[in-house]
Amino acid sequence: MIAQDAQSPQWAKKKFLHDAKVHVQDTGHRTFVQKALGGYFLSRDAQKARYRDWEQARDAASLAKWSAVNRLDELLPLFVANFEANGGQVHWARDAEEARRIILDLVREAKAKAIIKSKCMTSEEIHLNAALEKDGYGVIESDLGEFIQQLRGEPPYHFVFPCMHVRREEISELFGKFLGTPPTNSPEELTMIARRHMRQLYVDADVGITGANFLVAETGQISITENEGNARLTAALPRVHISLSGIEKVVEHLDDLAVLLPMLATAGAGQQMTCYNTLYSGPRRDGECDGPDEMHLVLLDNSRTAILADPEQRDSLHCIRCGACLNVCPIFKNVGGFTYGTTYQGPIGSVITPHLRGLSDWNHLSAASSLCGACSDVCPVRIDIHHHLLHNRRNAARTVPNRWEKFGHQIFVIVASRPWLFAAGGAIFRHTLGMLKRLPVPLLRDWLATRALPAAPRKSFRQQWRQAGKDSL
Amino acid sequence: MKAAVDTIAAGGMSARDTILLRVREALRLPAPMPHFKSLVPSGGSDIPSPHAGGSSSAGHAGLAILPLDVARPWLPDGGDTPESQLAILANNLEKLRAQMHRVADLSAAADFVLSLARTRDWHRVAYHGHALVEPLLAGVPCATYRVDGADAFDKSALEHCDAGITACDAIVAQTGSILVSSATSGGRALSILPHVHIVVATLDQIVSTLGDALHAAKHRGAGRMPSMLSFITGPSRTGDIERILVLGAHGPKELILILVG
Ligand code: SF4
Repeated sequence: MIAQDAQSPQWAKKKFLHDAKVHVQDTGHRTFVQKALGGYFLSRDAQKARYRDWEQARDAASLAKWSAVNRLDELLPLFVANFEANGGQVHWARDAEEARRIILDLVREAKAKAIIKSKCMTSEEIHLNAALEKDGYGVIESDLGEFIQQLRGEPPYHFVFPCMHVRREEISELFGKFLGTPPTNSPEELTMIARRHMRQLYVDADVGITGANFLVAETGQISITENEGNARLTAALPRVHISLSGIEKVVEHLDDLAVLLPMLATAGAGQQMTCYNTLYSGPRRDGECDGPDEMHLVLLDNSRTAILADPEQRDSLHCIRCGACLNVCPIFKNVGGFTYGTTYQGPIGSVITPHLRGLSDWNHLSAASSLCGACSDVCPVRIDIHHHLLHNRRNAARTVPNRWEKFGHQIFVIVASRPWLFAAGGAIFRHTLGMLKRLPVPLLRDWLATRALPAAPRKSFRQQWRQAGKDSL
Repeated sequence: MKAAVDTIAAGGMSARDTILLRVREALRLPAPMPHFKSLVPSGGSDIPSPHAGGSSSAGHAGLAILPLDVARPWLPDGGDTPESQLAILANNLEKLRAQMHRVADLSAAADFVLSLARTRDWHRVAYHGHALVEPLLAGVPCATYRVDGADAFDKSALEHCDAGITACDAIVAQTGSILVSSATSGGRALSILPHVHIVVATLDQIVSTLGDALHAAKHRGAGRMPSMLSFITGPSRTGDIERILVLGAHGPKELILILVG
């Protein structure tokens, strides 16, 4: 991915267009993904019904995040002071490079022989595994989905459901190849294979790496949400615990979690509560029998402050990464997760990636939307996602104006403001409509490749209108 | 703006100072409030922008209304009476596929653990020192391992145990969650590593909502929280393979709550 950044301009857009075409035509893939999401919709609706007022609860969740993000200058230092008072160590990283360097140094200092890791999208963002492996450190992803993706040599397909596109037969084959296990068709047995494989690895690992879902300012705790128990084990058994988090994850009060934790679970996976919601404040205390000797937290900026500096889109930092907007997005469901080519897929990824990695290379994501607003409707923290896609389109037009688009509009203004020219143009157009398909204009060619042109009417609308008026007299 | 900050940063500013400076600069322009559907804070509709008046703490007082206080009546119900809380809890645990077993006293609880150990042929059970936990191990017909005993904690020994028995901080009716902590539940690993997790608790440990549990934890911790607090909601699970639910991903496959009283 890092290497790709240096590739030709527009590579990201070309890749998107190419991959989208392939995936949209793969009906097997589409049906499979839709089916996997089917159960999610049912359980999500059932859990939402248990809220006495889901819409108002969304207000409370968005207020909690709004008031924290807009007071980050005050809450971030407060969080850090409290976290350090609890015995944790904080490291600040301006960008991905710096974060990788910090973590590599920590791993080296710990003389790590084995590293176990629980799911952490921020680590995908900074390509941590590749950096660790390059320096000769083996790292095991312990989350089942991430483990499967690691064995497949692929990034996550969906930032909450990393391997939702993979069939059980493929997983069985994969485990057979890497772990030497006999083939099976049962998700249960496949899960148990991973469970058995991983247990000794937790015991042997000397460094555990996790992400963080919330940083609680008033108590200096970090909150981690997971279903499998792998993050709990990762933060319990190794001698050193390293956690990596974006600076935007701060909330002010511990109480805020009473709203945010259940809403994250309901919106994201259709659960009342995710199985384990754990708050950590530092390493093992005196009097506690186990837990790590050291706890480190790496706080990452990596262009988050650039989003913060844009009041219009600042609320995209409220995102709690529940994944709900992906699950309802017609684009995601058609083009699939890999087409985006980003760490964060789907609508929210299309909003923030241009900020994280450059508007000129990633603006095409803003165009890959029908602006239906399904994402904004489900977002538990009420981020105005689809309008931000529009904002990005506008900003892109300002910074990198599209000359052809501009030229086209100028022509249109000239024609549309002169009735005689409009009529003449219309007449020519009616007679040449059939030839459009053969014009070497890329936009037209792409549009018409999968669409049939209607037959042109013989008379213009205005002619017909005049005729109708005469007839009715 | 960013360019200006980075020029200063190039002059040897620490990463911490650079990021905090970027944050301060970024927040100079206030952001609009989210588009609330219906939230009208009881203090009136004029919650000041956090940065009104220049200093960011100026907005603090205006935001004294915590979302939780406002949100409580909108979240799922946790019950107002002990009876309704118990009913909601039982329902939640059943849906979560956790087991709940009610007993009259600790000796009945010990009988229950004994029968579990027998029928499942357990070889070794782990526990920690606690007034509710220790009596349950009195008669178990197998080896036991105390995680907080005189010897140093041994993770391999714990890994070989069939079950772990712990106390807890609180039980949340609203979500069917059991709050454990490194202080009251035998550290971090005991409640997650063994294949079966048995929690023993008294009826009066049931609280209505997550908010109540967090509130109590904050006061108990009084400025110094246990290094780990964890809400356990059902046995460990995953849906990573074709979104099909499987219990027992990495944590316990079974969660058994023994309610005494
Ligand atoms: S933008 Fe909203 S819906 Fe999408 S992942 Fe973030 S919190 Fe969830």
